Amino acid sequence: MEPSEIFARLEKQFAAKVSDFKGDVQEPYFSVDAEAILEICRFLRDDAELKFEVLSDQTAVDWPKEEKIQVVYHLYSYAHRHQIVLKVDLPRDNPTIATAEGIWKVANWFEREIFDLFGVIFEGHSDLRRIMLPEDWVGYPLRKDYVEQEEYDGISTQRAPLVDKLMR
Amino acid sequence: MNETAQDQDTGFHTEDMTISVGPQHPSTHGVLRFVVKTDGEVISEAIPDVGYLHRSIEKIGEKVTWHGYVPYTDRADYLAAMFANQVFCMAAEKLAGTPVTRRGEFCRVIACELNRLASHLISVGTFGQDIGAMTPFVHALRERETINNLMEEICGARLTYNYIRIGGVGYDILPETCTRISEFLDHFEPIVDEFNRLLTGNKIFIERLAGIAVVSKEDALQYNLVGPNLRGAGIKWDIRRDIPYSVYPELEFEIPVGTGHIGALGDSFDRYWVRIRELQESCKIVRQCLKMLPKGPAISKVARKFKPAAGECYVRVEAPRGDMGFYVISDGSEYPYRVRIRTGSYTAMSIIDKLSKGIMLADLIVLIGSLDVDAPEIDR
Repeated sequence: MEPSEIFARLEKQFAAKVSDFKGDVQEPYFSVDAEAILEICRFLRDDAELKFEVLSDQTAVDWPKEEKIQVVYHLYSYAHRHQIVLKVDLPRDNPTIATAEGIWKVANWFEREIFDLFGVIFEGHSDLRRIMLPEDWVGYPLRKDYVEQEEYDGISTQRAPLVDKLMR
Repeated sequence: MNETAQDQDTGFHTEDMTISVGPQHPSTHGVLRFVVKTDGEVISEAIPDVGYLHRSIEKIGEKVTWHGYVPYTDRADYLAAMFANQVFCMAAEKLAGTPVTRRGEFCRVIACELNRLASHLISVGTFGQDIGAMTPFVHALRERETINNLMEEICGARLTYNYIRIGGVGYDILPETCTRISEFLDHFEPIVDEFNRLLTGNKIFIERLAGIAVVSKEDALQYNLVGPNLRGAGIKWDIRRDIPYSVYPELEFEIPVGTGHIGALGDSFDRYWVRIRELQESCKIVRQCLKMLPKGPAISKVARKFKPAAGECYVRVEAPRGDMGFYVISDGSEYPYRVRIRTGSYTAMSIIDKLSKGIMLADLIVLIGSLDVDAPEIDR
């Protein structure tokens, strides 16, 4: 199915909860309402003509100028060989969204990584802990305005430039 | 520590144990750790603890130029650096509309398939070693050494290649190198059969693998397993054939899938067997490429100040550990706005918790080996 047809089908089913379809780009995408993400994902997986049985990738992008964090879902259907990209805009000061773990189990780990590096809270997640960084790390490194803490556990995270060291 | 319910009946005390496997365990190939809860030797839970090798490659991507990021992609998966090079360059080319020369495409495929051979040899060799077969490991590494020599001849590096550049490849493959590659293939193809006689057909090896850690088709999709792990579960899906890129549509090769002919469909043996057969397929691909290698430049003209138009794309290639995807966003500047690396090992790791329930402690090693997880690729 062509991406535009996929979007038309969703628009018929969910009306205003999906919007901003962009079809003239490399991977066509559209925006989804944060509250409606679960029902739309479930529909995308279970509908016989869509059948997106695979969550290829789930990640986030920080857009500080627009004051938003965008969670991006890349879906693929092996059966019909089509793909679609969903984007959900969340407010930057309190990014919260329901977990897709109940629809695709792999979302469990993807969401842990997004939580760890972007600070997006996934409601209903079974095991929302940091995955890459230590539990007591401060801040979310993949945000654009992230400043590394100067010291972790008594170890400095800063290092003098090598050139300075040589010149000394 | 909990006493189990049977204690009152039998009078024996069995206590749950919590064991830390890793981070420096030989079978984990790199640094990763499992917190394992066992009742005797039977695992009730194995919780993976990753992140020891997190080098924030995604964040580095936002700080260096497009050309400058290529060497960093090498480090995402050091066993298959060529594929990360390729997928990032494909993403940059797609965004900027840069053409790739035809000779460049063939050089890429030759280099990638040689890299796949090297990576699969490590995988099957260490797999044998992990469960006690020392000799096959040495045989596999001996062959890999020759491939490393060939790689050194092609691009000057043995592990982190930085060979594939935006617009083509860094260096042309010389005619004498082509001869040496085909000589190596002549030598290597019989070695695969020797390897099968040595390891694959071994009764102990088969009994350790058959029927262990079975992945059903539904689980493979739910957990988004990719590459040999997905094909081992009986799903015929290969990016090279199904979402074709580069010159793969012009090449002939088979896609091996698991059949469950020894144990059950989707067990550890199936995943192993898919890798062995992919060795032969890769040889076939390299041979065809050497024959078809066209004349011409290896790299097209690319601006040194590379600035693709604003936009985003998601590109995937079939790496040795399956579908490797780069989600790259450009804002039109000299630096990528966001680089996201999706790797096969990361999703394969997430299924271990589920598969490990109820298997023996020794089989956990088989499970990790058969999924071919690679610590640097998980953490990135």
